[in-house]
Amino acid sequence: MQLTDKHREYWRKNVQITGLLLGIWFVVTFVASFFAPQLNEISFLGFPLGFYMGAQGSLIVYVIIIWFYARRMNQLDREYGVHEEE
Amino acid sequence: MTAQTQSQFFASLKKYYSFYTGGFITFVILLAILEQLGVPNKILGYLFLFATIGLYAGIGIMSRTADVSEYYVAGRRVPALFNGMATGADWMSAASFIGMAGTLYAAGYDGLAFVMGWTGGYVLVALFLAPYLRKFGQFTIPDFLGARYDGNLPRSIGVIAAIICSFTYVIAQIYGVGLITSRFTGLEFATGVYVGLAGILVCSFLGGMRAVTWTQVAQYIILIIAYMIPAVWLSVQQTGNPIPQIAYGYQLQKVGELEKELNDKTTARGAAEESVRQIHRDKAKAAEDKLAALKARGDAYLAEQKAAVEAKVAELKAAATPDAAAIKKAEDALAKFPADVAAATAAWKTDMTGAKAKAAPVSAHAKPFAGKDEAESAKKRKNFLALVLCLMVGTAALPHILMRYYTTPSVREARNSVGWSLFFIFLLYFSAPALAVLVKFDVYSNLVGSSFAALPAWVANWAAVDKTLMSIADINMDGIVQLAEITIGTDLVVLATPEIAGLPYVISGLVAAGGLAAALSTADGLLLTIANALSHDVYYKMIDPNAPTTRRLAVSKGLLLVVAALAAYVTSLKPGDILFLVGAAFSLAASAFFPALVLGVFWKRANRTGAVLGMLSGLGICMYYMYMTYPFFGVNAPKWWDIEPIAAGTFGITLGIIGVVVGSLLTSAPSKEIQALVDHVRYPSLEGDIQTESA
Repeated sequence: MQLTDKHREYWRKNVQITGLLLGIWFVVTFVASFFAPQLNEISFLGFPLGFYMGAQGSLIVYVIIIWFYARRMNQLDREYGVHEEE
Repeated sequence: MTAQTQSQFFASLKKYYSFYTGGFITFVILLAILEQLGVPNKILGYLFLFATIGLYAGIGIMSRTADVSEYYVAGRRVPALFNGMATGADWMSAASFIGMAGTLYAAGYDGLAFVMGWTGGYVLVALFLAPYLRKFGQFTIPDFLGARYDGNLPRSIGVIAAIICSFTYVIAQIYGVGLITSRFTGLEFATGVYVGLAGILVCSFLGGMRAVTWTQVAQYIILIIAYMIPAVWLSVQQTGNPIPQIAYGYQLQKVGELEKELNDKTTARGAAEESVRQIHRDKAKAAEDKLAALKARGDAYLAEQKAAVEAKVAELKAAATPDAAAIKKAEDALAKFPADVAAATAAWKTDMTGAKAKAAPVSAHAKPFAGKDEAESAKKRKNFLALVLCLMVGTAALPHILMRYYTTPSVREARNSVGWSLFFIFLLYFSAPALAVLVKFDVYSNLVGSSFAALPAWVANWAAVDKTLMSIADINMDGIVQLAEITIGTDLVVLATPEIAGLPYVISGLVAAGGLAAALSTADGLLLTIANALSHDVYYKMIDPNAPTTRRLAVSKGLLLVVAALAAYVTSLKPGDILFLVGAAFSLAASAFFPALVLGVFWKRANRTGAVLGMLSGLGICMYYMYMTYPFFGVNAPKWWDIEPIAAGTFGITLGIIGVVVGSLLTSAPSKEIQALVDHVRYPSLEGDIQTESA
């Protein structure tokens, strides 16, 4: 089995998407927790924002990250002809 | 079944589980009617217990199988949605269901480490593991290690690590099963353990992964209904809004105002709190003095103290009119008197820290990393971040969860399935902080300030059942309840919510059934993981690769019984701290598996030496640090960078990654075949691809 340039490009794109989403994950997890005392000064939907992120906001972002990744990768599989047969 | 297409299968599953959900709701309504007709609570408790365990066993019998692929990976045709529900139940343990809201009640913001950690880990599962493991498509996690790192050594280390972390975790689950069954039916703790275990075994014994999967879907439905009903009810009662997750923002503000009032000595309630805190402060001081004297004079002082307690018993007994209650209390104190200096030091230290905590002002619920000074806050923040990291990476490394992604029909479905898994888990996890705040508001506004002569019924009930869950005493003798006079155990919040909300007993039974479903489903997945690691990886792959199918399954089932019996036996000894066991399992899994699994997919250069070095050093340092710093082991060495033992995985993950990289770079690159395997797992479908999937 020989990989073509197209295959390599698929993998590069996958790694890019993975890296980008991991960056977002890092921000809503660790940056948001680190600055939680400061974020709490801001009010959001009646909650202090720092608390809201830990209790709901970051969780919603996680669900969106995974949903986006699945959608984007399933598309990418088709674009690059590496999708599975139905 | 084989004639059915996947979409027909999906449609009929939807139909079955809709009927099932309707049937379960009808069952709960029937029990509610029975309760109104005067059937006693104990009978209702038994009905709930046996009906649900019977149901799980029934699904197990219906899903019995003698096919290897059905037994290990449910035939690889579990649709994404249903695998999501099954993963949700597999994932949410007794600790999530019963303990989480209570932890949030007690710790406020700092407890959110568990909420974030146990959800955000799925991002790592989705991005780094699920699709690739599915493409690889064998039966266990050690399978992947064995194939990718070419040999039985990496596989064996995988087996050992999988057993260590799954066994630690399963003990916590079986403990939960025993606790719930004994509390709601009045059975002995040990009997409760075995009744619950029987339910688990019928299911996994007959049908392996296939039975476990379909039972877990059923268990998810029960546990989510059981969690939501009391939370919604309480929310409607307090705010008129039926969506607790939105409504509690307003209640959080009110809790904040109440906290201020209770801490303000110029208000009436604040002053009353202060008088109780002063008594706690005196107690803490007394314990501190005793500790100092004990340190200075050792055994002599201990003997003196014991003599004083004995003298008190004698004095009470000799009184003209003996006070039976007082004598009983003094005798209990004598019976519990510490046997030696070490025990006394530990016991009095606990007294001191307990009293000190009660003497402090209440900290604001939403305030992160509350500490008496800058340095303490910084330490708390550091530990919060470290714990979140360990829980997340641990999530993406626990074999019983990763194994679930072998069961979907395709890579595409595996990706979607992680999304569903997190969605179903999210439903419970974003409700827990809401429940914690709603209960806190009730306690601060209704219980605090009420009279000891007329305590709310739920307080009296639970205080009578179990002192560690609810204890309340009029410390300053003013006849009014103050916050510093109440001690609430973490498990109480979820268990007592139905009563706080004034719901009928049938809802309490439902909550217990939900907790049982959470504990049983997780225990199921864990026991299967351990038995499979032994039967598939050790027996079939290493000892007898020519074993016929029937013998492979017989070995697997036999081992399942042995492991279950062993786990139940260890649990009946009631070892240590349950929360620590759970936390330890995550750190251990994170250190042992994550670096080798992820680098195995994303870094072709990773080789056998690297994997062995990384796994051994990661697991080794994690276990070493826990041993050195966790008080249970009695070494109590100084902590590294103030990191708590529960977050020992921080060191394990770091060293694990370094180990894989260094070990790989020092030795030659893996063979062409291994590199082809890496390409194989990276692409969902390749022309002229090799085949790794076991049917």
